[in-house]
Amino acid sequence: MAEAILRMTGIGKEFPGVRALDGVDFRLLPGEVHALMGENGAGKSTLIKVLTGVYSIDSGEIELAGDRVAFAGPLEAQKAGISTVYQEVNLCRNLSVAENVFIGREPRKFGRIKWGEMRRRTTALLRQLDLPIDVSKPLSHYSLAIQQMVAIARAIDIDARVLILDEPTSSLDAGEVAQLFRVMRRLKEQGIAILFVSHFLDQIYEIADRMTILRNGRLVGEYVTAELPQVELVGKMIGRELAELERLDERPPARTSDPLVEATDLGGRVAPFSLTIHEGEVVGLAGLLGSGRTEIARLLFGADHAASGTLRIGGDQVTLRTPRGAMARGVAFCSENRREEGLVPELTVRENLILALQARRGWSRPVPRKKQDELVAKYIKALNIRPDNPEMLIRNLSGGNQQKVLLARWLILEPRLLILDEPTRGIDVGAKAEIQKLVVELSDGGMAVLFISAELDEVLRLSHKVAVLRDRRLVAELPNDDTLTTDVLMETIASGGAK
Amino acid sequence: MKTLALPRQLPGRLPRNYLPVLVTGALFIAMFTAGGIRYEGFATGQIILNVFIDNAFLLVVAVGMTFVILTGGIDLSVGSVVALTTMIAASLLPSTPSFLVILLVLAIGGVLGAAMGAIIHYFEIQPFIVTLAGMFLARGLCYTIGTDSIPISDPTFTAIAQTRIDLAPELWISPTVLIALAVVLVATYTLHYTRLGRNVYAVGGNEQSALLMGLPVARTKIAVYTISGLCSALGGLLLSFYMLSGYGLHAVGMELDAIAAVVIGGTLLTGGSGYLLGTVLGVLVLGLIQTVISFEGTLSSWWTKIVIGLLLLVFILLQRLIVTTGVSRER
Repeated sequence: MAEAILRMTGIGKEFPGVRALDGVDFRLLPGEVHALMGENGAGKSTLIKVLTGVYSIDSGEIELAGDRVAFAGPLEAQKAGISTVYQEVNLCRNLSVAENVFIGREPRKFGRIKWGEMRRRTTALLRQLDLPIDVSKPLSHYSLAIQQMVAIARAIDIDARVLILDEPTSSLDAGEVAQLFRVMRRLKEQGIAILFVSHFLDQIYEIADRMTILRNGRLVGEYVTAELPQVELVGKMIGRELAELERLDERPPARTSDPLVEATDLGGRVAPFSLTIHEGEVVGLAGLLGSGRTEIARLLFGADHAASGTLRIGGDQVTLRTPRGAMARGVAFCSENRREEGLVPELTVRENLILALQARRGWSRPVPRKKQDELVAKYIKALNIRPDNPEMLIRNLSGGNQQKVLLARWLILEPRLLILDEPTRGIDVGAKAEIQKLVVELSDGGMAVLFISAELDEVLRLSHKVAVLRDRRLVAELPNDDTLTTDVLMETIASGGAK
Repeated sequence: MKTLALPRQLPGRLPRNYLPVLVTGALFIAMFTAGGIRYEGFATGQIILNVFIDNAFLLVVAVGMTFVILTGGIDLSVGSVVALTTMIAASLLPSTPSFLVILLVLAIGGVLGAAMGAIIHYFEIQPFIVTLAGMFLARGLCYTIGTDSIPISDPTFTAIAQTRIDLAPELWISPTVLIALAVVLVATYTLHYTRLGRNVYAVGGNEQSALLMGLPVARTKIAVYTISGLCSALGGLLLSFYMLSGYGLHAVGMELDAIAAVVIGGTLLTGGSGYLLGTVLGVLVLGLIQTVISFEGTLSSWWTKIVIGLLLLVFILLQRLIVTTGVSRER
C-alpha cells in the first residue's frame, strides 16, 4: 500500500464536559477518496477542525508527508497543502470567478494586476475540471455547485495535496452531484488525497475508495468501501441493530376518528386546496423543493395569511392571523430552517426547550425553575438528547440533537397538530430513526402530524395518507395502502396528478 | 460532454452592477437637460464646471468615503476632520511655511483615520460608534484652537484660490478641480488594478471568507480608514483654498453629504459593490440640485435637502430591488 500523505495517531480532544475525540487514528493515502463516517456528534467535524488547525489537540500527533505538523489555523494548514471546501462556500460572491480563484495572489506587473492573464489561467484551470464557464462574471451568477467547484479550483491551484470536502453535496441536485464527482475523480488521478464527508450513503458508495468510521469520538475502524455492505456500515455507525429501522415499516392502519383540521379551498401563496387531518393521523406532504410544502405548513400555522377558503380546527371555524393564534389552538410548527428560524444559539438547551411554553404563558408569568428542570429532564431523557446537560449552549450540540431539542420545545406544549417541516434533513441515520419512531409514537398517542420531507420513502414509511404537491398546487391525495410506492409518488409528482 | 446549464445572460455585456451608475448618469443628464430648457443661460459647459469647482472638496472626501463604504464600513468623522484641517492650517499659516502645513494636516488626517481603523478592527467595534467618537473629537479640537473664524492670507493659498485655468473661451476651472480629478484617477486605479483595491471589494463582500482565503483583512480595513482620513484632510485643504478661512463650523454635516453622494452613486451600504465613477456622478447630481435651486430663485435653499432626501430614498429602494431580484435569479 502506498505511503500515507497524512497520518493522525492517537488524537484526543476534550471540550468542557465532552470527550469529542478519544485516541482516534486516521490516515489518508494520495490519490484516494476517503469517506469519514459517523453519526452527528461522533466527532467528524471535530476531527476535521483539529486537522485544519481550528482546534488544537490535547493528545496525539499529526504527520503530513512524514513531517510532524501543528497548525495554528486554517491558513497555515492551507499553506502546508491542506485545503477545505465547506457546504457554505467560503468565497466572495460579489467578485468574479477569476478573482475568487486568484485573489491574494493575482499575477502582477509593477504592482498592476494583469486581468487578462488572470482570466486566461482561470479559464484553463476550470476547463481541466470540465467547467467551461465565463470567468469574468461574478460568482453569484452561478449555482452553488459551480461555486463549490470554483472553491476546489482555488484550492488545487494553491497546490493542495489534501482536499477536505465537508458535506459538499447537501444542497446539490443529482446532476450537480455527478459533475462534482467527475471533478473529484479527475483530482484523484492527479494524486490528490480527498477526505469526503456526506450523509448520503449512496454517494459514499459511488465515490469513496475507503472509509473511516467514528462513533462517540472513538475510532470504530477503517474499511475498504467495496468490502463493507451498507447494512453493516449503518450498524457500525449507530452501534445497534437495524431492527429498529425495519420495525417502523409495519405501520398500523389509520384510526378512524374525528377530523381535527379541515381546510376547505384554503389558499394564499399556494393554490386553494382542501385537506383534512384526523386525530392520530400522519399526513405526509410530498413534492419537490418549492412545490408549496412549506407554504401549506405556514398557512396552517398562521405565519402566512389565507387569501381564500375556510379553516376549521377541532370543529370551530378559525381565522389564523399570527402563529400565537395557531399555538393557542394547539398547532405547533417545527421549521425546516432550524438554524435561522428555530434555534437561539446563544441560549442553553434548557432555555431553548422552554421557549415556546414561556411564549404561550406570556412574559408576566415565568415558568418556575423547578418546573423547567423537571420538563427539561423529562424530554432530554425521552428524546435521548446527547449530551444530557441542560445548561450546555445549544450551538455546541450536533445537528441531530439540536433538532430533537426543537421537537421537544413543541412537544412540551402538548399540541394537537404537530407540523414537522424537513425534521430529518442533514442529520444522521441514528437520530433520523429516533425522530421517525417518535412520530409514530406521537400519532399512536392521538396527535395529528403533518410530515414534510423531501425523502419519499420516509414520507411513505410514516404517513397514513400522502398529499402530493406540484408547482404550488395540491394535485393528489393518496391513501397509504399496499399499492402506494415511492415510484407511484414520483410518477404523481412528475405527471402532476393527471392519470 | 455534459455540463451544467449556464445561468441566463443579462441582455448586453454590462454587468448588472453598473445599473445604479447608469441610472445616476441618466439622472444627471436629465436634470441638466431639464434645467437647460427651463432656465435661460443654464445649458452651458461652465455650469457643469462650476459644479466641479464648488464641490471639489466634497468629491475628494466622497472618494475616501467610497473606500470605507466598499468594505461595508462608514466614516462619520470626515466633516469634522475637514473643519479641523482648515482650523490647523489657518492658525499655523502665518508662522509656518505652507508646504509644511500641508504635509502636517495630511499626516494628522491619515493618523486619525488609521487609529480609528485599528480600533474598529482589533476591538471589533462598529465603525459607526468609533467614527462618531472621532467626529466629536475632531470637532472639539477645532474649538480648542479658536472659536472664531480665522482668515487665511498666506500667499500660496491665496494664489491657488485665485488662479483660473482657462480650458476654452468662456470655460475655466480652478486648480482644486485638477487636484480632485487626480485623486479620482489614482483612487480608481487603486481600486481596480491593485491588490489593496481588490481586497477592499473582497472584505466588503464577505469578511469571513476573505479571512479564510488568506487576505490581509486587518491591513485592508485600517488602510481604508487611513485613506478616508487622508482624503478628508486633503478635502479640508481644498476647502481652505475655497473659503480662505479656518473655522470650527466649516463642513458641518458634510459626512452626510459624502455618504449621500456615495449611495446615490450606486455603492451598496453593505459593501462589496460600487464604482468610483458612481461617486463622481453622485457628487455632480448633488451639486446640480443646488444650481437648479439657485436658478429657480424663489425657492429656499432648504429645498436642496428635501430633494437630496427624496433621491436617497429612491436610490436605496432601487438598490434593494436590484439586490433582491439578483438573489432570486441566483437560486
